[in-house]
Amino acid sequence: MTRKLGPALLFLAPALVVLLAFVVYPIVATIVFSFQDRTGSEFVGLTNYREMLTNPRILTAIRNNAIWVIVVPPVVTTIGLVFAVVLEKVSYARAVKTILFMPMAISLVAGGVIWRLVFEQEPDRGLLNAAGRAVSSVVRSPGPYPGAAPSEGVTRADGALVAEKTVRPGEVLALGLLQLSKSEVPVQARPAALPAEVSARSVAGVVFRDFTPGASGRRGVVDRGEVGLPGMLVELRGGPVEVAGSATTDERGRFEIGPLPPGGYRAVLAASNFRPAFEGIEWLGPTLVTPSIIAAYTWIWAGFAMVVIGAGLAAISREVLEAARVDGASEWQTFRYITAPLLAPVLLVVLVTMVIYVLKIFDIVLVIAPSGVQDEANVIALEMWQTAFGARNLGLGSAVAVLLFVLVVPIMALNIRRFRAAEGS
Amino acid sequence: MKRFRAAPARLALVVAAVMWAVPTIGLFVTALRPQRESVRTGWWDVFVEPSQLTLDNFAAIFGSDFFARSIVNTFAITIPSTIGVVILAALAAYAFAWNVFPGRDGLFIGVVGLLVVPLQMALVPVARLYNALGIFGSIAGVVLFHIAFGLPFAIFLLRNFFAGIPKELLEAARLDGASEGRIFRSVVLPLGVPAIASLAIFQFLWVWNDLLVALVFAETRSAPVTVAIQQQLRQFGGNLDIISAASFVSMVIPLIVFFAFQRYFAEGLLAGAVK
Repeated sequence: MTRKLGPALLFLAPALVVLLAFVVYPIVATIVFSFQDRTGSEFVGLTNYREMLTNPRILTAIRNNAIWVIVVPPVVTTIGLVFAVVLEKVSYARAVKTILFMPMAISLVAGGVIWRLVFEQEPDRGLLNAAGRAVSSVVRSPGPYPGAAPSEGVTRADGALVAEKTVRPGEVLALGLLQLSKSEVPVQARPAALPAEVSARSVAGVVFRDFTPGASGRRGVVDRGEVGLPGMLVELRGGPVEVAGSATTDERGRFEIGPLPPGGYRAVLAASNFRPAFEGIEWLGPTLVTPSIIAAYTWIWAGFAMVVIGAGLAAISREVLEAARVDGASEWQTFRYITAPLLAPVLLVVLVTMVIYVLKIFDIVLVIAPSGVQDEANVIALEMWQTAFGARNLGLGSAVAVLLFVLVVPIMALNIRRFRAAEGS
Repeated sequence: MKRFRAAPARLALVVAAVMWAVPTIGLFVTALRPQRESVRTGWWDVFVEPSQLTLDNFAAIFGSDFFARSIVNTFAITIPSTIGVVILAALAAYAFAWNVFPGRDGLFIGVVGLLVVPLQMALVPVARLYNALGIFGSIAGVVLFHIAFGLPFAIFLLRNFFAGIPKELLEAARLDGASEGRIFRSVVLPLGVPAIASLAIFQFLWVWNDLLVALVFAETRSAPVTVAIQQQLRQFGGNLDIISAASFVSMVIPLIVFFAFQRYFAEGLLAGAVK
């Protein structure tokens, strides 16, 4: 073994020079700059740090980064653990693993673009809201007449439209609606017609579009040229809630409900007729933007956690697991008392790695957050870039960088300790 | 553990695989649709109307000086950054692993400490340095920065691997009178190929996918494709044709590298699970 510095130096010099010039010296310089003014010409003491801890933009960034650090590492680790455990036992694991791992290869810029498409608010274009609309149309189907307003003789009540007069069996009603454009009227609609006759024990009527094209129709009355509104759910209520009967209108807008016991009834066009279609959740609006970006980031990094944890699982000796099973341990007991403790160091590595990456989170926020909500989605690294290079405030930008640095120092110490322990020195 | 073969676990896996594949497919399909369709309907509309598929967006990308150049720039930044890191780190790692010199352990612990330094700590001073040297905005500046911040991890990874080379091999070579340079070239490098491959793939993807460093140190003529995409984002809907096609193009090389060298990539990640 060579014990001289000479030959070693030849090997080391290039790397050390680059590290000194581009990493070590800049660290020192950034710390110095953080005590200087925006151009780096004068020392200003702690001004930048005071500014950093009072500026609402920077405080939002710090708060968001705290959310990132608290949420992402455990979530990514848990999902990775589940994937790793489940995939250990299936035959087609390789293919699934490749799919789950793939996002790690692409840039956060491309990943961000992918998810910005998914988060698009308009359900016609955004995948997530399109899925939301599909689900909601099953769970809460939108009504056929979302935009309708009451005409004369009808009033609104809790999303439903209610006839103002009470009716008795044997009577006929005309319920007019307004503010329906031609395209909102179903194609099968025919000219409105009052039922010709009604039995003495039922209530009959018509629901119609109370608008006469090109002529002055009377409100609340079926005029020539007005169309019936088919598919409308009409209920008759004996009391405030009690439904005595219901019917759906035909293509002329007619309905008949009966037989009914004698008494006074209120006709109600149920709220479900007017329920608006799902309009899409504003995933990238001010409230949901950070959770949405976190979801996208989790999608990217789950594969990483899966691979690292999977390698950890593979390293656990088969004999130990077999022995436990032979001793009669259940699946859960084997996992709880053997796999989990042996896996703990690996889980810690994944958690710590995620904390480091998440502290420095930058690209994906810049790409996914639309410019209008970038302040709400702000994180420390983004703020550092904007302050130092957008606003050209060198002192404050450096102070924000130092904040980031201080936050990783504990991890740096942990790394060094772990390394020392591994080397046994 | 046969119970895991149960239907719910299988179903969950299929759902997961779909959730992980579909968003990316969505981007690919969007890149193949004209803008007038993309503003109107979602990409899944191609299943109804496959005739809308077109390569126009790619023609637009490669026909634009800015984008075509940004793709060339991405190569021009990534290749030297990868080669540079591998060479400098292999040399240093050899010294750390097999030369005994005063202060070696302390120096190496310093390298371990640098593993997690956020590169934000260097942006302002290096930008000023580049200004003073007149290389701000050049590809060389971006490359140098990438090499510097790739080095701690690269040295760490290679040193650990080199340290595992059997001592006898090196001592035999030394007894034969081989010089340090010769031992490095003909013993350590050939044996270190797996680790060097992992490192090279890791660094290649890292630099290829970088946005921040290029955003700070590059300018229009030296911008890589990530920066080119980022600059179109203000008009996300309006520029979707360009954005999706450029994103598609930017993903092709990493995906090829990924599928060809998945194992090395995973190993690099495992080793780097401290960076």
